[in-house]
Amino acid sequence: MTEAFIYDAARTPRGKGRPDGALHEVTSVALSARLLNAVKERNGLQGGAVEDVIWGNVTQVGEQGGCLARSAVLLSDLDESIPGLAINRFCASGMEAVNLAANQVRAGAGAGYIAGGVEMMGRVPMGSDGAAIAVDPSLAMKTCFVPQGISADIIATIYGFSRDEVDALAVDSQRRAAEAWAEGRFARSIVPVRDQNGLTILATDEYMRPGTDMQSLGALKPSFRDMGETMPGFDQIALMKYPQLERIEHVHHAGNSSGIVDGAAAVLVGNSAFGDRWGLKPRARIRATAKIGTDPTIMLTGPVPVTEKILREAGMSIADIDLFEVNEAFAAVVLRFMQAFDVDASKVNVNGGAIAMGHPLGATGAIIIGTLLDEMERRGLGTGLATLCIASGMGAATIIERV
Amino acid sequence: MTDFTYSLDADGVATIAWDVPGKSMNVMSLAGFAELDAAIDRALADSAVKGIVITSAKKDFAAGMDLNALARMREEAGADPARGLFEGVMMMHGVLRKIERAGMDPKTLKGGKPVAAALPGTALGLGLELPLACHRIFAADNPGARIGLPEIMVGIFPGGGGTTRLVRKLGAMGAAPFLLEGKLSDPKAAKAAGIIDEVVPAEDLLARAKGWVLAASDADLVKPWEARGYKMPGGAPYHPAGFMTFVGASAMVNGKTQGVFPAARALLSAVYEGALVPFDTALRIEARWFTHLLLNPSSTAMIRSLFVNKQALEKGANRPAVPDQTVKKLGVLGAGMMGSGIAHAAADAGIEVVLIDAAQEAAERGKAHAEALLDKAVKRGKVSAGKKAEVLARITATTDYAALEGCDLIVEAVFEDPGVKAGVTRQAEAVIPATAIFATNTSTLPISDLAGASARPAQFIGIHFFSPVDRMMLVEIIRGRETGDVAVAKALDFVRQLRKTPIVVNDARFFYANRCIIPYINEGIRMVAEGVTPPLIENAARLAGMPLGPLQLVDETSIDLGVKIAKATRAAMGAAYPDAAADEVLFAMADQGRLGRKSKAGFYAYDDKGNRLGLWPGLAAAWPVAAAQPEVTEVQHRLLFAQVLEAVRALEDGVLTDIREGDVGAILGWGFAPWSGGPFSWLDIFGAARAVEICDRLTAAHGPRFTAPALLREMAGRGETFYGRFAAAPAQAA
Repeated sequence: MTEAFIYDAARTPRGKGRPDGALHEVTSVALSARLLNAVKERNGLQGGAVEDVIWGNVTQVGEQGGCLARSAVLLSDLDESIPGLAINRFCASGMEAVNLAANQVRAGAGAGYIAGGVEMMGRVPMGSDGAAIAVDPSLAMKTCFVPQGISADIIATIYGFSRDEVDALAVDSQRRAAEAWAEGRFARSIVPVRDQNGLTILATDEYMRPGTDMQSLGALKPSFRDMGETMPGFDQIALMKYPQLERIEHVHHAGNSSGIVDGAAAVLVGNSAFGDRWGLKPRARIRATAKIGTDPTIMLTGPVPVTEKILREAGMSIADIDLFEVNEAFAAVVLRFMQAFDVDASKVNVNGGAIAMGHPLGATGAIIIGTLLDEMERRGLGTGLATLCIASGMGAATIIERV
Repeated sequence: MTDFTYSLDADGVATIAWDVPGKSMNVMSLAGFAELDAAIDRALADSAVKGIVITSAKKDFAAGMDLNALARMREEAGADPARGLFEGVMMMHGVLRKIERAGMDPKTLKGGKPVAAALPGTALGLGLELPLACHRIFAADNPGARIGLPEIMVGIFPGGGGTTRLVRKLGAMGAAPFLLEGKLSDPKAAKAAGIIDEVVPAEDLLARAKGWVLAASDADLVKPWEARGYKMPGGAPYHPAGFMTFVGASAMVNGKTQGVFPAARALLSAVYEGALVPFDTALRIEARWFTHLLLNPSSTAMIRSLFVNKQALEKGANRPAVPDQTVKKLGVLGAGMMGSGIAHAAADAGIEVVLIDAAQEAAERGKAHAEALLDKAVKRGKVSAGKKAEVLARITATTDYAALEGCDLIVEAVFEDPGVKAGVTRQAEAVIPATAIFATNTSTLPISDLAGASARPAQFIGIHFFSPVDRMMLVEIIRGRETGDVAVAKALDFVRQLRKTPIVVNDARFFYANRCIIPYINEGIRMVAEGVTPPLIENAARLAGMPLGPLQLVDETSIDLGVKIAKATRAAMGAAYPDAAADEVLFAMADQGRLGRKSKAGFYAYDDKGNRLGLWPGLAAAWPVAAAQPEVTEVQHRLLFAQVLEAVRALEDGVLTDIREGDVGAILGWGFAPWSGGPFSWLDIFGAARAVEICDRLTAAHGPRFTAPALLREMAGRGETFYGRFAAAPAQAA
């Protein structure tokens, strides 16, 4: 079978997803187009160089609606003969874009793709696209829908992660991210965001709080206790699914959950002929991809079964993986992953994650593939796995190997 | 025409008055709908008619839809019940929609005839859905009138357009208490809530309605949701404000109903889906969900038990044919919690009461308890100060048995000791008339044994109230071996006076309700001993529709009472006693002084005020949680079969003679999964064959207490259901 390679991975810095965030003045389509231009320029692509642009994006309304992928292509310097596919698998949209591109390449449908995604969470609020699973009683009651924060707290309750443990992971994330920036470990991927005049708007991740310690996190109130215990009482719904529990322990808060940010990321995927055609050297092979559905109430446990699935299908074991990126949607998600596979924290999210730097929903899947590859190269490691938990109970994973 | 009368006055106002012959309260039947339709057609077609007033010739407007008519709709559709129901419901929508449109041009909404509803009194269910289709609702200022949509209480939801209209009128949040909780209001409160438009003096009702009809303009006939630019109050589902309402509503309803009541789920879906489309489409959606609900066996069973059969029992379905036995003067022996509660209930129902205790102080304390209950009712505005004084004046608190002279019924509620009971029986019988009936409120002692102390065992009976008397609606009447029909009729007439629901059972250990509750509690406690994690026991029970888990229930009823019952039962049964495993835990709890909520320590931990904090952490130390836990359905099967098999055995033993009483009694007596309609309905929904299969499995795993009764096994073999086999006629146990 044809192999799919990663030729480049690029991302914007992440801005705070609120009105005073640095990227708040940039439109979703402009941020996307400027990143596409960067990929085009960095790799010397011309004309209809790629088969398609697959662009992940979760909240597809307003400026992010109307097939943002195609809009981004048309605003960019890419040729209009390149179409554009907007996709949504919630938090794994950016990863799913890469996996879709890789699998099409492997199947012989197109030589090269730009795959990635964007989310301007400060401009297009999360949830503003509606969601039947939350609002439609037939579905919400059938699935025992609870918001993600409750799900994260269910994980902490069932798998026994204390408030101190989740906070400690958050402190680590901040420390690791600060070190990574200090040492320039993201330099290869980062594409500063510039305005139409070439002036820099944002060159570094803006969301981080480097001084974060256990004491400062300890002062934060659990974010999901009120909606869980009183109005409207989501804990009761959680107990309907997990009746062995007497109560839900609420341990997550803004400091140990992923940050709301703006940002975009892109990965250039192609077969070997694509590299030859444009004179590019493959950085990694996409060895395997996988996705899975899980219980929508606990919702965020997907990384464990999807990792088991991808390893099984690739004929590998967890010991074959040298480095991991497990999206830090909530601290308990990462703790559960390490617990389930008995993986040491020194191999997981070594340059920090979404708790420190933020989680631009549609882009993160592509971001962590780039972060993983950069660090594998820096450390000289062979194999890496990236995975994310996904809303409504799903999981996605990608295994890459350096070539 | 029979159900509606039609008249036209000189001003050109047609009055359509609802007056179902031979009934004190109007109820809508299918024939009634056809008549209403014809009357509306006549008024709309007659150019002399300027407008219409729909009212009632009775003191109330209407109690709603005849639920039997819905059942008939379904039956008459034969092989395609869904079509029969859907078309029947759409027919009703058609009539109500015709009233709402009233001949107006559907494009310009002009040229319709004004239709006002004039409600002299109570308007419930369809009795409010019809007014909601009118253009303006007037109600007489009658504080006793009840206005609302109580359908949810019997397992359905307002399916005559009431759901769709009220949500558009009040918004989802505003309509929630009326739709989801069946909240009823008096006319003033109904106006304040925006359900009706005007409250007027009763004598002006028709004049005011006619006046409005004659003055109404085209614009007055257009409902807000038919006008351009309508926005649902509080926001539609995907409006930012509505979003939170809908997300919260599903969670609250799901949590509260634990997912077992299909009515609330269907209602919410109808509200949500209806809110996203134009009005006529929303009505069709409402009809589809209503049909879906009526086809659900749970709704059928709930209507059957909580409406049809409950009413039948209250009206004396099993009353022996003897003359009226209305109680005029009641003697209550023992002024404790139960005695004083019974005295209060009787005095409240207009019966003169003599409340006796050994010490005057105790008797007074009992009367004070009745006063406290009345004060609470006054505070809530349910009872006036005058009424309170009247009720209290009916209670004479004394130690003097001579005061019992002239009592036609005695209820004995003294300490549960055969000797004490025998003493007061003889003392009372020495004074009361030879025709008087003597009843004991015992919950544990056999009636036939207690009757031994009576000189007139044919007039001796058990009348078992549940605690607290003012809130528990079930009364279990127990026929002793020698109890005669007059005594049974007396007890039934007494219960009817109290506006409670009776069941009549034969005398056997724990009668019916307690006989079924005890195995439920014991099964829960056994699981603690086995290492099943306590939250799983409690949550599994709630997920099966039980209002309280077994451990919470025994904390409420008190653990020392459980110990007492266990010891007595063990002594009576000897080697056959089945619950030793549960007793080990129960006795250990009692030995540590953990007696339940009253001691602020039991299976749960409590704070100083007696509020439940959570399961007692010490449980795990004494009975360690096992590594392997059962599936939640396994736990549920154990907890439910413990109850339903006991109900079947009570039927087999002849303690129960009517499955309707078994079902109604279970729901009202101990809250048995109301969604199911009661234990027999539960088994019918579950299926006898499948039930026997589960019994066999549970017997193999957990012991002979789960052995399928012969009756159930026979029914499984024949493919029978309880309601098929025993129909409406009193059951003859196998």
